Amino acid sequence: MKPWGEWRVGDALETNHLGEVTRTDVVRYQGASGDMNPIHHDEPFARAAGYEAPLVVGMFQAGALCAWAAGIFGPERTRRARIRWQARVWPGDRLVFTGKVTARHEDAGESRVEVELACHKDDGELCVTAWMTFAGPPA
Amino acid sequence: MVDRAAEGSAGAPFEMEIERGKVYEFASAIKADHPAYFAASPVAPPTFLTTTFFWEDRVPGANPWAAVKMDQRRGMHAEQEYEFFGPPPRAGTKLTCRSTITRIFDKSGKRGGQMTFVVMETEFVDAEGKLVARAKMTGVETAPAPEGE
Repeated sequence: MKPWGEWRVGDALETNHLGEVTRTDVVRYQGASGDMNPIHHDEPFARAAGYEAPLVVGMFQAGALCAWAAGIFGPERTRRARIRWQARVWPGDRLVFTGKVTARHEDAGESRVEVELACHKDDGELCVTAWMTFAGPPA
Repeated sequence: MVDRAAEGSAGAPFEMEIERGKVYEFASAIKADHPAYFAASPVAPPTFLTTTFFWEDRVPGANPWAAVKMDQRRGMHAEQEYEFFGPPPRAGTKLTCRSTITRIFDKSGKRGGQMTFVVMETEFVDAEGKLVARAKMTGVETAPAPEGE
């Protein structure tokens, strides 16, 4: 892991290829999170609502993206995660996570690193944008 | 259709405990592998507080979102934010949580249709009364299609 003090504005995080999202991933996430909306696992329900298939829970890819970045800086350093959904994800889509450092500053006696994250499908479509703040000892 | 009278509605407080097995389960489900999520006293992943689903449904009146009456066929999760006022909570932390509908506002969509945004904030306070985290959920309801309805 890169030492906290060595992160610089513009540094890129090492790209993470999450791979294919399966229906089993969706079912497991729904059970773990408690969001049991049938539109994410019940095929007839999803079709009746106008979708071709159950869509993946947005919080699955958002949660995976943010936990991946937190794992790079240290989960206990997480101070903020802001998520914006850009496109729907379907079972079978393959996801790729990228990120870069956008700012370093001091706040509340801690040094802060701001990071911008993106989740794309492997065909290039942007699905999620997220912004995270991490805190460390004063510089 | 969103009921604007829901703005300012506050839910009843509800308890939530960060549990070790639940953190393992959630971290596995989002394919996280950092050892901090699987330690003897694991730290909650950044979006773990979404598991309030399991706690608020047990307390009548805890979830003010019901008062919003958003049309689920036209509604979606637009944005979500978690703010932590120190390290995210670890397993064993007992939190008291309370949700409020803080804002309802309109915006014009890219194709001219009206969109109604609803913001719900949830505050998480520990046993010592310290504010540990704040969650902010933004839902959006798009305008009905010009035909039909």
